[in-house]
Amino acid sequence: MRLTVNGQRVDTGVRSVQALVESITEAQRGVAVAVNGEVVPRSTWPVTSLADGDVVEVLTAAQGG
Amino acid sequence: MSLSESRLDLGTTFLSASRLILGTGGANSLAALERAIVASETELVTVALRRVDAAGPGLLPMLDRLGVRVLPNTAGCYTAGDAVKTARLARDAFETDLIKLEVIGDERTLLPDGVELLRAAETLVADGFTVLPYTSDDPILARRLADVGCAAVMPAGSPIGSGLGISNPHHIRLIRQSVDVPVVLDAGIGTASDAALAMELGCDAVLVASAVTRADDPTAMAVAMKHAVVAGRLAFSAGRIPRRFHALASTSDAGRAQW
Repeated sequence: MRLTVNGQRVDTGVRSVQALVESITEAQRGVAVAVNGEVVPRSTWPVTSLADGDVVEVLTAAQGG
Repeated sequence: MSLSESRLDLGTTFLSASRLILGTGGANSLAALERAIVASETELVTVALRRVDAAGPGLLPMLDRLGVRVLPNTAGCYTAGDAVKTARLARDAFETDLIKLEVIGDERTLLPDGVELLRAAETLVADGFTVLPYTSDDPILARRLADVGCAAVMPAGSPIGSGLGISNPHHIRLIRQSVDVPVVLDAGIGTASDAALAMELGCDAVLVASAVTRADDPTAMAVAMKHAVVAGRLAFSAGRIPRRFHALASTSDAGRAQW
């Protein structure tokens, strides 16, 4: 399945948002995900499936004023 | 006034002692930032939301360890739509309904776009957020933001990172008089006296980032800001003497020796 994750095209076998997040960050807290521009609440990550062509943003805390 | 009367409610959160909010942008390293946060004695710090690969690890665990609360921002957003989306992501990431709402109008000045800002503020208030908008020093816009339910207004003293201080002190005072919500001076502070002035003008708190993080010695500047905010607040509540055109002797003439 081809996804765009944080601007990078990736070919991946992961199926759920949860699995995708675990594959790119170890952070337990402070992570948020949007798929195709819509927020995917953390509580629904395990049951939210990804589809070919999805555009995913995985965000976390950065220094900023 | 005693400092125990310092509690400031900001919607669903509050500042219990320190009226200094620290922005975390601009620090050379996490270690330098940590030293500055500790030295400032702040209770609330801003964070941005960025892609995990660009953000780097460690910020949130460090803030948790220090026991400071997080105020997420919408830095870098140019439209109400972007800012609302970012705020919703921040709420999910940080489990807080607090948001420092920034909707920038222009890359060069980084001044707020008032139209987009007000639009985003209305949406986010309706969505249950505690909205703390970074706004311009326009008293009318500040009032409109308070009217739509923002928990505070945060006018810029001057452009972000400019260090120009408070370019229109009169407008800051007008804002203080025109809204019932807390006023937080945000952006433009260059040095401690600017922070003291903000408080002397009646602001309830000051948000400082670059002035501390980009100082030659961020830790020392953090201490200076801490004292400046306390001094300014005490001076405001103590009531300054009126300005006079001519001198007024403080020493009585009575009993002066005659030669």
